[in-house]
Amino acid sequence: MSIKYYAKISGTGMYVPDKVLTNFDLEKIVDTTDEWIRTRTGMSERHVASQDQAASDLAYNATLKAIEAARIRSKDIDMIIVATISGDHPFPSTACIIQQKLGLKDFPAFDVSAGCTGWIYASNIAKQYIENGVAKNILVIGVEILTKVTNWKDRGTCILFGDGAGATIISRSEEKDISRFIDSELSADGTHYDLLIQKAGGSRMPATNESVEENLHTVYMEGNKIFKNAVRSMYNACDIVLKRNHLDVHSIDWLITHQANLRIIQALGKKLKIDEKKVIVNIEKYANTSAATIPMALDEAIRSGKIRHGDLVLLASFGAGLTSGSLLLRI
Amino acid sequence: MDIKAKVIDLIVEELGVEVGEVTLEASFIEDLGADSLDTVELIMKFEEEFDIDIADEDAEGLTTVGKAIEYLQKQLD
Repeated sequence: MSIKYYAKISGTGMYVPDKVLTNFDLEKIVDTTDEWIRTRTGMSERHVASQDQAASDLAYNATLKAIEAARIRSKDIDMIIVATISGDHPFPSTACIIQQKLGLKDFPAFDVSAGCTGWIYASNIAKQYIENGVAKNILVIGVEILTKVTNWKDRGTCILFGDGAGATIISRSEEKDISRFIDSELSADGTHYDLLIQKAGGSRMPATNESVEENLHTVYMEGNKIFKNAVRSMYNACDIVLKRNHLDVHSIDWLITHQANLRIIQALGKKLKIDEKKVIVNIEKYANTSAATIPMALDEAIRSGKIRHGDLVLLASFGAGLTSGSLLLRI
Repeated sequence: MDIKAKVIDLIVEELGVEVGEVTLEASFIEDLGADSLDTVELIMKFEEEFDIDIADEDAEGLTTVGKAIEYLQKQLD
């Protein structure tokens, strides 16, 4: 495909619910300890949505901030892509609900299901639509309320998740603008689709009394097997993009990976031989918010002045599928 | 290549234990203080150092220093 235009991130925003659940709070719910959680995951606390909050509510709040940061009007948006596996409803898409909340219509709005890699997948799609000239300002959101599909009896997984939303406006980059998406790599390995899965609620296993009683509408994960796959697949996605652009890892200013587990982030950093100070981590505050971790971390790092205009940033993620991907961009 | 010595070196480095503790009978989790993620990281280290793939089913059986050395010697033969 010939590139007519370049895409760039023109604005970011994030939102997390007010309620905070600390590791000490979790000690009262399941058989675990603060020390166990911290040493194995790097997490200290996570935000949890209230009963009446759905994914689109979190996403809408993050969107308003992203629109403001991008200095556009909401009516400038001409496409909405939402990465989520915990949308408001199995259908319609959460993207259409956000379109309604923004008072907009008459352009494409759809969700992308790629687990924790969702925002990278969605951004890659947005990149194509900007580059071929079809769209000018695409709202790309990663949002998740996994605490509502968490098995609170499984001490191995229930400690891992938090709720949150990260919104980004991906816009056409002017020719003289140095900010742009440089490259992206997506992949999936369906042979391991069953390692990370919500078993019930789809056409394979529709909801029954038994499926609810057996907690099959919640996240099932074989963490140890995923650990190895996560480090490898993210490394490959980064390596491919770096090599394809003749870049050495030292030329990267910042690395943001999916915040699933601090030990995975560290193992990847070591394998990539990147300076630890360049690796952005916020897992201690938000835990694993799935598709929202990268846009949230990106927003925090930009707003705090860590990531500046012109910085070269490498993003990498992996998730259910098992999907993986990377994105190289200049902010 | 002395596989046994290399494996012991890697275990000392990865788990932060003393060479003297790394006996053939020592269990990674029971005796060397590893948690379940440490064992995964250790397997990944073996794969990298010896340039081999260790299947998940095989990895589950490598619970002691001796079992790991024996497995790696067989694979690298």
